[in-house]
Amino acid sequence: MHELAVTQSILNIALQEAEKAQATRITDIRLVMGSFCGIVDDSVRFYFDFISQDTLAEGASLSFRRVATRFRCRACGAEFSPEDQDWTCPSCGAVGGEVVAGREFYIEGIEVE
Amino acid sequence: MSRSIQVVEAIPILKANDEVARENRDLLDTQNTFTVNVMASPGAGKTSLIIRTIEALQGSVRVGVIEGDVASQVDAKRVAESGVPVIQINTQGGCHLDAHMVKQALLRLPLSDIELLFIENVGNLICPVEFRLGEHRNISLLSVPEGSDKPYKYPGIFAMVDAIVVNKVDLLPYCDFDLPAFSELVTGINPHTQLFPLSCRTGEGLSSWTDWLLENLRIPR
Repeated sequence: MHELAVTQSILNIALQEAEKAQATRITDIRLVMGSFCGIVDDSVRFYFDFISQDTLAEGASLSFRRVATRFRCRACGAEFSPEDQDWTCPSCGAVGGEVVAGREFYIEGIEVE
Repeated sequence: MSRSIQVVEAIPILKANDEVARENRDLLDTQNTFTVNVMASPGAGKTSLIIRTIEALQGSVRVGVIEGDVASQVDAKRVAESGVPVIQINTQGGCHLDAHMVKQALLRLPLSDIELLFIENVGNLICPVEFRLGEHRNISLLSVPEGSDKPYKYPGIFAMVDAIVVNKVDLLPYCDFDLPAFSELVTGINPHTQLFPLSCRTGEGLSSWTDWLLENLRIPR
């Protein structure tokens, strides 16, 4: 449900950056989203197509780079991908760990003409 | 000719919200109002915790409340009976509070008379997580009937909060909530978080929670 607010932010940033670059059209926006952020790609695309009408970003494509959750075990330092309902470190059996990937939530590039 | 704008530093998607949140934080710091963002699913006991805390701190700490709900004044009315200043925000369908909504509410509160401000977010374990409001601490509640496996399903919130209140512990004998397993999970991904098992209904465990609040309130900012 918060996809609309998120999409509006993405559009605003893209339009500001395009203006700074004196571009006439935005063709692609590259997004990086970790698995923690709970954003549905299709919803963002749906909203984006709607709210970008009559702007420089109309017709732009959105690319999503998804980053899976990775933990670094606090006991032994091993990095691992947590399973659905098992956060046990495969090396030493400790539960959980420092979240080293999965929280990403940013724009990494904008393509313009 | 297509060219790429190189975003050298990644641009946070909610940059604009973050900026307003920083303004809110500055305002709260200027007024010396310690602010806690309270997040949980609907029915976990956010409003009950706030009311219980107001009662426990009556006479020692001046409290204020911002209530966030999709619709209605129900929670604001409940809180207002405690005699503290309260502003209700209705998000009209929105699933979270954002910094701009909170800013409008802050401007209507007598902040110089408020030492501790609770912002009760919209009941939701996903959407409020990314939206900073200007708060000093983030907390979440989880109630015993919701189940101890919630961190697997909503890791984002449990990984970021400063404290977790496990409410309705009076129901532990009737539910399959595994408190030690829950504690191991959340401290596994967030070793800095404090866990407060308590019951807003019976008052059990409440003093550890209010002690933590007072301790944090007194840290110079």
